[in-house]
Amino acid sequence: MSKAPFLLEIGLEEMPARFVTGAMQQLQERVEEFLQQEQLGYESIEAYSTPRRLAVIVKGLDTKQADVVEEARGPSKEIALDEDGEWSKAAIGFSKGKGASLDDLEIKETENGEYVFVRVEKKGKDTAVLLQQMQDVITSMTFPKNMRWGHYSLRFVRPIHWIAAIFADSVIPFEITDVKTSRQSYGHRFLGTAVEITDVEAYRETLLQEHVLAHPEERKKAIVQQINMIEEEQGWQVPMDDELLEEVNNLVEYPTALFGQYEESFLELPKDVLITSMKEHQRYFPVEDKNGTLLPYFVTVRNGDHEHLENVQKGNEKVLTARLQDAMFFYQEDLKLNIDETTNKLDHIVYHEELGSVGDKVRRIQTLAKSYADAFQADEKEQEVAQRTAAIAKFDLVTYMVDEFSELQGRMGEVYALKAGEAEEVAIAINEHYMPRSAGDTPAQSRAGAIVSVADKMDTIVTSFSIGLKPTGSQDPYALRRQAAGIVQTLLFHEVPADLGDLVSEAIQIAKTNGIEIADAANLQEEIEEFFRMRIKNQLLDTGIRYDVIDSILAKKIKRVDVLQAAAQFLNEKANDPAFKRTVEALSRVTNIAKNTALEEAVISRDLFEQNEEIVLYESYLQVQAELPAAMKRSDIASAYLTLEQLVPVIDNYFEEIMVMSDNEALKNNRLALMAHLSVLIQSFADFRKLVLTST
Amino acid sequence: MNVQDMILTLQNFWAKQNCLIMQAYDVEKGAGTLNPMTFLKSIGPEPWNVAYVEPSRRPADGRYGDNPNRLYQHHQFQVIMKPSPKNIQELYLQSLEELGINPKEHDIRFVEDNWEHPALSAWGLGWEVWLDGMEITQFTYFQQVGGLEAEPVSAEITYGIERLASYIQDTENVFDLEWVDGFTYGDVFYQPEYEHSKYTFELADHDMLFHSFEASEKEAKRALEENLVFPAYDYVLKCSHIFNLLDAGGAISVTERTGYITRVRNLARACAKAYYEERKRLDFPMLKDKEAACDE
Repeated sequence: MSKAPFLLEIGLEEMPARFVTGAMQQLQERVEEFLQQEQLGYESIEAYSTPRRLAVIVKGLDTKQADVVEEARGPSKEIALDEDGEWSKAAIGFSKGKGASLDDLEIKETENGEYVFVRVEKKGKDTAVLLQQMQDVITSMTFPKNMRWGHYSLRFVRPIHWIAAIFADSVIPFEITDVKTSRQSYGHRFLGTAVEITDVEAYRETLLQEHVLAHPEERKKAIVQQINMIEEEQGWQVPMDDELLEEVNNLVEYPTALFGQYEESFLELPKDVLITSMKEHQRYFPVEDKNGTLLPYFVTVRNGDHEHLENVQKGNEKVLTARLQDAMFFYQEDLKLNIDETTNKLDHIVYHEELGSVGDKVRRIQTLAKSYADAFQADEKEQEVAQRTAAIAKFDLVTYMVDEFSELQGRMGEVYALKAGEAEEVAIAINEHYMPRSAGDTPAQSRAGAIVSVADKMDTIVTSFSIGLKPTGSQDPYALRRQAAGIVQTLLFHEVPADLGDLVSEAIQIAKTNGIEIADAANLQEEIEEFFRMRIKNQLLDTGIRYDVIDSILAKKIKRVDVLQAAAQFLNEKANDPAFKRTVEALSRVTNIAKNTALEEAVISRDLFEQNEEIVLYESYLQVQAELPAAMKRSDIASAYLTLEQLVPVIDNYFEEIMVMSDNEALKNNRLALMAHLSVLIQSFADFRKLVLTST
Repeated sequence: MNVQDMILTLQNFWAKQNCLIMQAYDVEKGAGTLNPMTFLKSIGPEPWNVAYVEPSRRPADGRYGDNPNRLYQHHQFQVIMKPSPKNIQELYLQSLEELGINPKEHDIRFVEDNWEHPALSAWGLGWEVWLDGMEITQFTYFQQVGGLEAEPVSAEITYGIERLASYIQDTENVFDLEWVDGFTYGDVFYQPEYEHSKYTFELADHDMLFHSFEASEKEAKRALEENLVFPAYDYVLKCSHIFNLLDAGGAISVTERTGYITRVRNLARACAKAYYEERKRLDFPMLKDKEAACDE
């Protein structure tokens, strides 16, 4: 089979940097999928991207599909043959439909009787023809944000300007929004020209001559090398922020790193302000000395070469200086503020139209933090810190700086609180109460910070749910999922010995007494617990715990999350134990038989036990009752499990000898009562019926 | 290059690209987009190419003439091309060259920035253009205007005249810009900057303004009932500016804010719809090649 290389390059107006990598991967996947669907073999596939292009090169692509022989089944023998044993109309129609002659038909035996079959040879199509379908491959691409342009109805990430589609030295003809394919590509917007791709395999080199580094990793490597060189020459450290590097990489086709300077007096600004101004607003890399102290320099990456680099440097310095002047003004104005007076202004900021002001929220958090301090078993000092933190944690929302740099909420609170003479623990806790800020972030490290953090987040979840703002599908505008995950993460980190369900009901109660309308508290509690159940489930799944193990421990009311996690990890490991199956079966059997017995009516009467096995089980039950809840409370999962495991032979003996469903009603009820009470204990650990046993 | 020459250069350049050179509109507004030559004319299938300077009032940005960058009123140079031509980015870059900015000697980038104007029920996708790290232009492909799908799509280019001039003239303070030889920006605009700031933050009669808002809203509705789009739209602009004044003066709480924006938006949407209907009734007279306007 002969093979040839294929190039597809889509030239676009500058794509949003955050979409480039995903778009490149998507194009590669769609091309791969297409080739697989068309059963076209190839040796390798590689994708390229810059802000202005997405490209795929397929090397060693079959020039033609293989010929295949297909056998198709037609009508049954009775229908395919007429009374004379000649082919019927149905059979003739079938052969025509398949493009075959009557000679190609034959009757064959199948499992369902005899049928007529035809063998059709399918000639493979030319790849060059099939590749015209790249038109659909491209237009079916999807992006987080799509746009239209000119008078076209196509929605795409940005307007398309050229499409190079070359296979086996020929252009694959198709067009999208009046753009016809050709072998023409374009170089760097300012340093390159239009260029004909004469050799697909030399795509990368051809573009390099036009000042385009088409391979994203190669481009990234060039940026890192250039920055390293500046570090070395200047004796600096430039911490590599991968996210920023990725963004910068997708803002340039031909990178040249350079550095600039700002006045040393700006170093008086809080570090976070300087870093945010540089990174978030200008996409600069901040510069440090060898000890990690910020220096009044920055590194930026130009989309171009070394020519007139001094203009670029000067311009960027001017922009940063203007930004830092603004920030300095805000900082100095903010330092004049009094924290308590500023906090009072929160009464005038609407938190949500139906939920009152931020001031209202602060008052709820304060009350809730008091209650949670007990749950966290905070000492007196921690309670004090938590109370002060809860009272002033939101004051920085009315500062100039946070108004301008919203991402600095909490961080500025810490800085300003320290300057205003608040205790260091309080200042730190103010910042911490927003943590974890994102999926990979750590939770509040101090207990006081953690208390306020959980109180704030729980209040947000409860009050949002109370007015119907619940996440649905991909919609979660108030980031409630992240907040719930943050609560779980914080509770785990501090090994908080409190039931999550109780934390929820406390928040509902406090919201209610603070004027939030809650019609059906029990229902709200149930909804929120279910919401948390899903978060915990996802978190445990992410740590590699089996889904059935998770189901078994989440079957009942949510209690302490640290115990849940420990139990899940324990069972996950136990599942490999050979004795596990017997344990699960025995414990499940108890739960199963007790499932219709109401606990309120389940009165155990010792006198009604007839047989020894019953008495032994009853005594074992008493022992488990004495030990298991205490072990769970200590989060001592191994001991708790052991008490249950010790029950297994007793249970097995019991079922061997005893008919629970006795004809004697009194005996039966007494036995069911024992089962019910035992089942409650077992289920306080896990619902073993949910565990899937493999038949080994 | 002084500010006046910059404006003349841009006008000449876009005139050569077959843009009608219009003048600023005589009702107060926060941005060139609100000029009916953009807001209304970007609606519907009729082609439309236009360029003009728009003095744009942002009461909240007033700084009594003390701040080197922030202004109560700044100037935008606005270009609209409908449908967006294929070479619109290249045209824009050429216009920078006309202003003496050679892209090879600078770092020019198109950085994602999506534009949304809730009170106009309008949004688009595009970029802010960076010149050596400074945002000098907003570049937008309108996707929706007044709640209507933009069909065809207009490209909007908004140059920030003061920003661009302070770069070209290498000044630290906007008031030092040379408007023409012998006249600085400060000579012309310092007094109004100071006075408008003082008025906005200290003197504005909020009761009077609230009444004006109500009255303008009512009048816009009345004009709309008679299908008089342009007069109605003038009153929508008045509502928008009065709202900005009240907002800057701290007279509108966050809760009320949404309500006022919604009221302006409803009017803007009604004007957009009425304008479209009226043009349709007239059989879109500026649509010369009716076949070509249909989608491919």
